[in-house]
Parts: sequence; structure tokens; C-alpha cells
Amino acid sequence: MNKLLLGVFGAVFAVGAVSAHATPEQDRQNLIQYFKKAYPKVKFDDYVYGALAFDKDSMDQYESIMEFPPFDSVVEQGRKMWETPFKNGQTYASCLPNGGKNIAGNYPMFDEKLGKVVTLEMALNDCRVKNGEEPYSYSDMKTMGVLTAYARTLSDGTLMNVKVESPAAVKAYEEGKKFFYARRGQLNFSCASCHVGNAGKRLRSEVLSPALGQATHWPVFRGGDNLVTLQNRYVGCNKQVRATPFKEGSTEYNDLEYFHSYISNGLPLKASVFRK
Amino acid sequence: MRTRAQRVLATLLLAGLSAAAYAADIPKADTGKDIAFDRSRGNCLACHAMPGVPDAVSAGTIAPPLIAMKARYPDRAKLRAQIWDATVNNPHTSMPPFGKHKLLTEEEIDKVTDFIQGL
Ligand code: HEC
Ligand code: HEC
Repeated sequence: MNKLLLGVFGAVFAVGAVSAHATPEQDRQNLIQYFKKAYPKVKFDDYVYGALAFDKDSMDQYESIMEFPPFDSVVEQGRKMWETPFKNGQTYASCLPNGGKNIAGNYPMFDEKLGKVVTLEMALNDCRVKNGEEPYSYSDMKTMGVLTAYARTLSDGTLMNVKVESPAAVKAYEEGKKFFYARRGQLNFSCASCHVGNAGKRLRSEVLSPALGQATHWPVFRGGDNLVTLQNRYVGCNKQVRATPFKEGSTEYNDLEYFHSYISNGLPLKASVFRK
Repeated sequence: MRTRAQRVLATLLLAGLSAAAYAADIPKADTGKDIAFDRSRGNCLACHAMPGVPDAVSAGTIAPPLIAMKARYPDRAKLRAQIWDATVNNPHTSMPPFGKHKLLTEEEIDKVTDFIQGL
């Protein structure tokens, strides 16, 4: 009996320790402090470089590749998609706030009317549908991926600035946070196991990037030519631990992206970057 | 006309092929080391270095190096339990529960335990 009670209390405490009713801003500050303590030499702004910030050789390789990125033609293709008017003559610029410039850092945002998280990709699709076009699949790197490879560059240099204000927004944020800290898959890992607890360490020969800054630089081109969006990376990381992934554009991943982006608030955005 | 060397080569190739076919039918008896090193099974090197094993290369730095294990784990059952489910000892560990989540069979865990205790 006593033992049983203890078990129950133990479980409640363990869950409580993660979501301990910290505000989003406290969560963000806690993570910043955690990484500052673990890696005093890594500057705050360098967290946008992910694993590269921990490995000089990889950083040098990144810098030389970014001078003439092999994926420039794909970004150019994205620019054409962005600029080509819909059949009704409207454009993405005509239906996004501020003509689509310097807005990526405001996404994901919580739409009070819809009662859900809206990603930049959803806003782009919304624009298509309102203008009589078919929406793109969030899993399709050749359409949505390529479009964002350009659309997100329009916000380069601006800061991540995600807002979590209403009680409904906090609820979606908490869902994302729970996802981030929940163990899953046959290998029993949470996102935090790799990107908080073991960030900066090597899994085999791969340095694990810290959660802070991870949402700031999408899409990436892995190996220089393989376009990967942020939520497509979630699929990859879920599969790595032999968990069944969700779909890009699912509520689960949208909420995860909401939490994941919030904790990178204050860090500069840069779209379409090279990764190993 | 086939030379003798060609004939020998052909025989060797055939033998090689049938060995491969055999291996595909019946799982080959892996050693504890094979299982520990295999990326799709133990993959212990993802996290642990094994400083005493020369071919234990490109190991991760997540977990303590596995060395002097006999001295540190004289009790084989304790070592096996750590591999079977590391979360018992430390609920926050990142080490996968190899037995509990059936990542390895009981027999494979026995072999890995023996291999690790020998490090
Ligand atoms: C078993 C370890 C592991 C787990 C668990 C894991 N990841 Fe990863 N993740 C990696 C590795 C390895 C990489 C590639 C190296 C790097 O950039 O960190 C990576 C890369 C990433 C990146 C890209 C970073 C960049 O700058 O390119 C993101 C974003 C990411 N992971 C998010 C997540 C999220 C969210 C979860 C949980 C749903 C998760 N990961 C779970 C191992 C893991
Ligand atoms: C993803 C990471 C990971 C993998 C893979 C992993 N371990 Fe571990 N292991 C750890 C961590 C972290 C510890 C440190 C103790 C803890 O977290 O409780 C540990 C601890 C241990 C210990 C106790 C070490 C000591 O010094 O007391 C043994 C033994 C061990 N692991 C064996 C194995 C074996 C055998 C395998 C493969 C079949 C393996 N581990 C795979 C992460 C891992």
C-alpha cells in the first residue's frame, strides 16, 4: 500500500518537474542558463549554428560552403514560385502580412479564432487556397519545401519573436513542451535526451545540437542538396529512436514547433543553410 | 579452356555464395562483441567508448567509457540488469532499456554482458 502510494507520488512528481508551471519565458530563461553553465564559451547568438558551434572544423566547412551554396538554384526556383502570380493574378506577397517580409519570426502564431497554432507553411497554404489554388502537402519538399527555401530568406537577420499569450495559446505551448520532454520509441528517448541533456556531446561521431537555436534556420540542405524542413527533421528524429513519426503539418508537430520556436526567441533567423 | 586457377576460383566463389545463402537462412552465431558493435542492435559505441578495444572506433561521448568492468561489476547480475533496463538505476538516463524494450533478446543480452564484463 505504502509502496503503491509512493509510486503514484513519484510519477506525479516526475511529470511535475518537467511542466512545473513555469511560464514560457521562465522555460526559455532556464534553458539559456542551463546551456550557459554547460558551455560558457558558446556565445548566445552562435546557438543558431547548432552542432557547428561545438566543432571548429565543421564550422569552417560550413562557412566555405555558404560562400557559394550548392543549393542556390533551388532557392532561385523558390523565388520563381514566390513571384509567379496565381491564376487570379494575386501573389503570396499580396496576402501575407507586410508582403511576406520579416515575418517568419512571428510564426508559429496562435490563431485565437481558429483556436490553434498556425505555422508559416500554413499561412502560405492559406494564401493559396484563398486565391483558388490547391494547397501543397506539408511533406512535399519539392513544393512547400522549395517555396519556403526562398520565402524564409525574406526574414533573414530578424529575430525569432514568437508570442504565447492567451490561455488557449499557453495550452498549445504546453502540449508542445510535453512532446519535447516525453520519451518515445523503442529506444526510449525524448527530444530533450539528445538536445538538452546530451547536447554538445557525440552520438557516435555526430555532435548533438542544443535545443536553443534549433528552430532558426530552415530549411536546411543536408549534404548540400537534400532539402529538409523543420518538421521533416522531426520525422527523422522520431524515426531514429524507432518511434512512429507524426506527419508534417499535424497538430502534434505544430504544437511542438510552437514550443521549440518560442525557446529560440531573440535569436536571428537565417533561411536555407548547409548541414552535414 | 579453363585454367586450373579459374576452376579453383569458380569453386571458391560457389562456396562463398552458398555460405552467404546459408547465413541468410540461419542467423549466424554472433559474438557478444558483434552484437554490442552492431549499429542496429547494441550500438553501445553510439554512447560509450571502449578504451581497451582497439577496433572500437568513432565512439560517442554521451556515456562513461566501458573499462575495467570486472573490477567495477564483479556481480554479473548487476551488470546484466544495467543493460536490461538502465532506467531502474537512473530514471533520467538516456541509455535505452535493451531488455525491457526488446531491443535485444535475452540470449543476446547474456552474450553482451559477458563481453562487457571482459573489458
Ligand atoms: C537519439 C538522439 C536524438 C533524438 C531523441 C532526437 N534527435 Fe534531433 N538530432 C539528432 C542528431 C544526431 C541530429 C543531427 C546532428 C545535430 O544537428 O544535432 C539531430 C538534429 C536535429 C535538428 C536539426 C538541427 C540542425 O541545426 O540542423 C533538429 C531541429 C532536431 N534534431 C530536433 C529534434 C526534436 C524536436 C526531437 C524530438 C522529437 C529530436 N530532435 C530527437 C539526434 C536526436
Ligand atoms: C544512447 C546512449 C547509450 C547507449 C546506446 C548505451 N548506453 Fe550504456 N550508459 C549510458 C549512460 C548515459 C550511462 C551512465 C549511467 C546512467 O545514465 O545511468 C550508461 C551506463 C552504462 C553502464 C554502467 C557504466 C558504469 O561505469 O557504471 C554499463 C555497464 C553500460 N552503460 C553498458 C552498455 C551496453 C552494454 C550498451 C549496448 C548494448 C550500452 N550501454 C548502450 C548511455 C548509453
